[in-house]
Amino acid sequence: MQPSPYHTGLAWLVKMAWRDSRRNRSRLFLFVSSIIIGIAALVAIYSFGDNLEKDIDNQAATLIGADLVLHTNRILTDEGEAIVDSIRQLSQSVSEEQQFASMVMFQRNGGTRLVQVRALGGDFPYYGELETIPQAAGTAFRQGQQALVDKTLMLQFDAQVGDSIKVGSVSFAIAGILQRAPGQNGISTSVAPAVFIPLADLPATGLNQKGSRINYDYYFQFDGRVDADALVSELDSILEIQRIDSETIASQKRETGRSFADMNNFLSLVGFVALLLGCIGVSSAIHIYIKEKLHSIAILRCLGATALQAFLIYLIQVLGIGFLGSLIGALLGTLIQQLLPIVFRDFLPVSISSEISWWSIAQGVGLGIWISVLFALLPLIRIRNFTPLNTLRVSLDIPHITRDKWSWMVYGLIILFIFGYAFLQLDGLVETLTFTAGVVAAFLLLYAAANLLISLVRRFFPASWSYLWRQGLSNLFRPNNQTAILVVAIGLGTAFIALLFLVQHMLIARVTLSSSENQPNMVLFDIQSAQRADVARLVRDQQLPVLDEVPIITVQLEAINGITADDARRDSTLEVSRRALGGELRVTYREQLSDSEKITAGKWVGRVNEGSPAIVSLETDYAERIRVKIGDSLLFNVQGVRVPAVVGSFREVDWNRVQTNFRLIFPVGVIDHAPQFHVLMTRVPDEATSARIQQAVVQQFPNVSIIDLGLILSILDEILEKIGFVIRFMGGFSILTGFVVLIASVMISKYQRMRENVLLRTMGASRRQLLAITALEYLFLGLIASFVGVFLALIGSWALAVFSFEVPFAPDIVTMALLLVSVTASTVIIGLLNSRGVINRPPLEILRRDS
Amino acid sequence: MAISLSVNQVSKAYRSGGQSLTVLHDINFEIEEASTAAIIGPSGSGKTTLLGLCAGLDRVTTGSIVLNGIVLDKLTEDERAGVRNRHVGFVFQNFQLLPTLTALENIMVPLELRGERNGKAKALSLLDKVGLADRGHHYPLQLSGGEQQRISIARAFSNSPKILFADEPTGNLDADTSEHIERLLFALNEDTGTTLVLVTHDPELAARTQRVIRMKGGAILSDTPTQTGNS
Repeated sequence: MQPSPYHTGLAWLVKMAWRDSRRNRSRLFLFVSSIIIGIAALVAIYSFGDNLEKDIDNQAATLIGADLVLHTNRILTDEGEAIVDSIRQLSQSVSEEQQFASMVMFQRNGGTRLVQVRALGGDFPYYGELETIPQAAGTAFRQGQQALVDKTLMLQFDAQVGDSIKVGSVSFAIAGILQRAPGQNGISTSVAPAVFIPLADLPATGLNQKGSRINYDYYFQFDGRVDADALVSELDSILEIQRIDSETIASQKRETGRSFADMNNFLSLVGFVALLLGCIGVSSAIHIYIKEKLHSIAILRCLGATALQAFLIYLIQVLGIGFLGSLIGALLGTLIQQLLPIVFRDFLPVSISSEISWWSIAQGVGLGIWISVLFALLPLIRIRNFTPLNTLRVSLDIPHITRDKWSWMVYGLIILFIFGYAFLQLDGLVETLTFTAGVVAAFLLLYAAANLLISLVRRFFPASWSYLWRQGLSNLFRPNNQTAILVVAIGLGTAFIALLFLVQHMLIARVTLSSSENQPNMVLFDIQSAQRADVARLVRDQQLPVLDEVPIITVQLEAINGITADDARRDSTLEVSRRALGGELRVTYREQLSDSEKITAGKWVGRVNEGSPAIVSLETDYAERIRVKIGDSLLFNVQGVRVPAVVGSFREVDWNRVQTNFRLIFPVGVIDHAPQFHVLMTRVPDEATSARIQQAVVQQFPNVSIIDLGLILSILDEILEKIGFVIRFMGGFSILTGFVVLIASVMISKYQRMRENVLLRTMGASRRQLLAITALEYLFLGLIASFVGVFLALIGSWALAVFSFEVPFAPDIVTMALLLVSVTASTVIIGLLNSRGVINRPPLEILRRDS
Repeated sequence: MAISLSVNQVSKAYRSGGQSLTVLHDINFEIEEASTAAIIGPSGSGKTTLLGLCAGLDRVTTGSIVLNGIVLDKLTEDERAGVRNRHVGFVFQNFQLLPTLTALENIMVPLELRGERNGKAKALSLLDKVGLADRGHHYPLQLSGGEQQRISIARAFSNSPKILFADEPTGNLDADTSEHIERLLFALNEDTGTTLVLVTHDPELAARTQRVIRMKGGAILSDTPTQTGNS
């Protein structure tokens, strides 16, 4: 006979879930607290992205400051001039700018630095403004010999408004401090801080001579009748021929939106890792919870509840707490969102609003519920196997999790979910697979390392240690321990931060190494041919060596195997790089290979007789990019003279050195007499000498620019510091999740610990001894977790050093040790603070409860 | 009289340490409707296992059990849960109340599971019958052992079971409370005409039933009527 169908509906299941959760609600909340941080991170990032998208939309015009910008890096040809003039006819206003790198000198203290000089004519920007202190300086500097100087430069050289700054041969009065210009962000000003001067004063500086590397920008403002995008698409092919790039508000919006969408996706993945960590915490806590509920489940089954009903009761509880945790996470995320514009300020070209994004909150809550249920399913599906026989006696006849086919389905679902989430963020199968495999591998590796360490401790248990030490250590493998999950969570956070430190250290070390011993560490460039001997003399007069002098000639590649840019444009089936044709290249000519170069194919030819075809050498990556082979013929336009050449060899170049390297090298005897400028390399022993030579060069040869290793290092350090701050901020979510899992785990095992402590106290243990046992337990836990994290980071950075950066692996052991100590100390402090209640509880209270 | 429980050639074996351990051998007996029976025997004799099998908490290895005309060993676990809900009541040695439910809610659970609408009224009436009308909103932890067992008995009778299984119902109680519980159990059993099968170590309690099945080493040693049964 079949039993009649049950009459209980969802309402009863919800009622039972609610009843069953009594006395457990605070514990249930603790379980889910682990996901709060992850959800908060994601909601903050989603909201930030949402606001960023809106702000980019609203402020797109201020990103470029005009309706249309034309940009070229050479003086306009007659045809180019004609285009600009034709657009000028359509415009309300036009501004012109010439920008280039040059040395400047602060005359008050003699400080010199390479900056981006922006000579501006007209009323640009038309949208937004040059934000300056004082405010009026943004327009006032255009009247007469005045300059706007970037705030970082002002700080660096302790300059004041009203001081003088020498640009080329002219001294400008500093009219104001430049806070922000359209399209600039903290990173771009670190690399190339700007000095604005009036365009009318540029010729007097003597810096815009023939051969100078100047970028020309034309800013147009239209009235409502001209569609900038339509205009650009109409002029597209002619702009391409003239090598003029264009930007409109819409194109800028698209490009900025795309690059920040990438950043947002990356950040979402970092937040997602914190959420995954939290979910493993939830799964582990629910596992203990369900184990404790075994008896109640058995009673319900005994009274006639089906396996599905019992399963659903606890699933509803998880849904409820998942919802609550996600909601709290979403609220916290909305608060954290207010911080993100500060964290990311150096990367943002627009000012960010902090509106509440309901869509992001909904996404966060939905994701939180789904992921908490998904990860809780692993312990929940075991309910199906709990037999009602447990009411009579404890039955251990439950199939192990690995023998239950449903468990494997849940594992599959989890991996599928990680894959799906990553796919939405990364939008590429290979990247998604790499991320998913990386996450799974990292978790498994951490988990395996944690288990290995724990089993080693068990195996080689120090039986001779004092009782307190042994008890503290053995607490790590107490029943229902959460050691492995804590090691994974705290270890992953530590690994993140440690890896970041190591990579930062490595990148700095790479640059430092590149200029070790007798390598050059200062480059003087833009030296005119007529100045070459005098500059070299000046360097020698300062007791410095001239390590190398290199001529540089700007050439244009006109044809590859007879195919010109026009041919390529007409026939897209031709196998040549359209971008390479007509593009400018800075090349040199020399007889010998430098020690940073190695021939990989063909034969190096260093000299040819006049009239013979030029046998050129191409850098391998460049050759690949423009798709040429050894023996192919190339045609160059060298400042108006056509020079045919044959590809003679390919070279591998070590770009890491502070020295001039080239994509293409001519042999001596072909372009030796073409207009050229020169680069001189030297080695300065210290900062004082560096400052002295820079001052001398700027005073005598204002057009000559200087880069020294100190500048490269300080820029690199500043950029890495800014990126590092963001990554540390995001990595902090993982560490924080680790600590929340730790707090939750202490609370979850509170009752069990209370009973143990009561027993120990009954047997005469003092409060101090109990504290010592607890402290030692967390000391071991913190040590194992941070050790595993640092160890993984060391492996990761070793792999990066050997396979990617190709530098000797020399980890910063002191920083790693400090990190190890601080993570361990934090673990001990958090563990102890949360155990106070357990240790301070009077024994009788527990004994009475047990009786 | 109709047969309430029929146990036919039942044996039960478990796998333990990779080996098969037979805990019940060839058990046969029948219990008539509205009768009372006690299963007694030393620890490890298989009494509780037998009780669990009779109540459909586990499956037999061989043989069959028929409960109110339903062959249990043909049913799935969920089907057996349905049988338990409609035909069976339980009283356990350690009460087995759901700790997060109040006394009243504990009594209501079997009724709610079968979708009864007047479950609360019936539970209140049972609460009154077991003398705990004023303790309905207390949680198990707030009740004494005797009170918890009375709630457990009320819950067992809430679904008007055809058969009631009791596993050492007084095993955790002092003598006075035990006496009170026994009286309550037998009185309710008599009122409702329920079949009562109990497992006990207590010869006095066993003597109050109509029949005693004595077990040893997983087999029935004797199956005899008591004086109560004879009378």
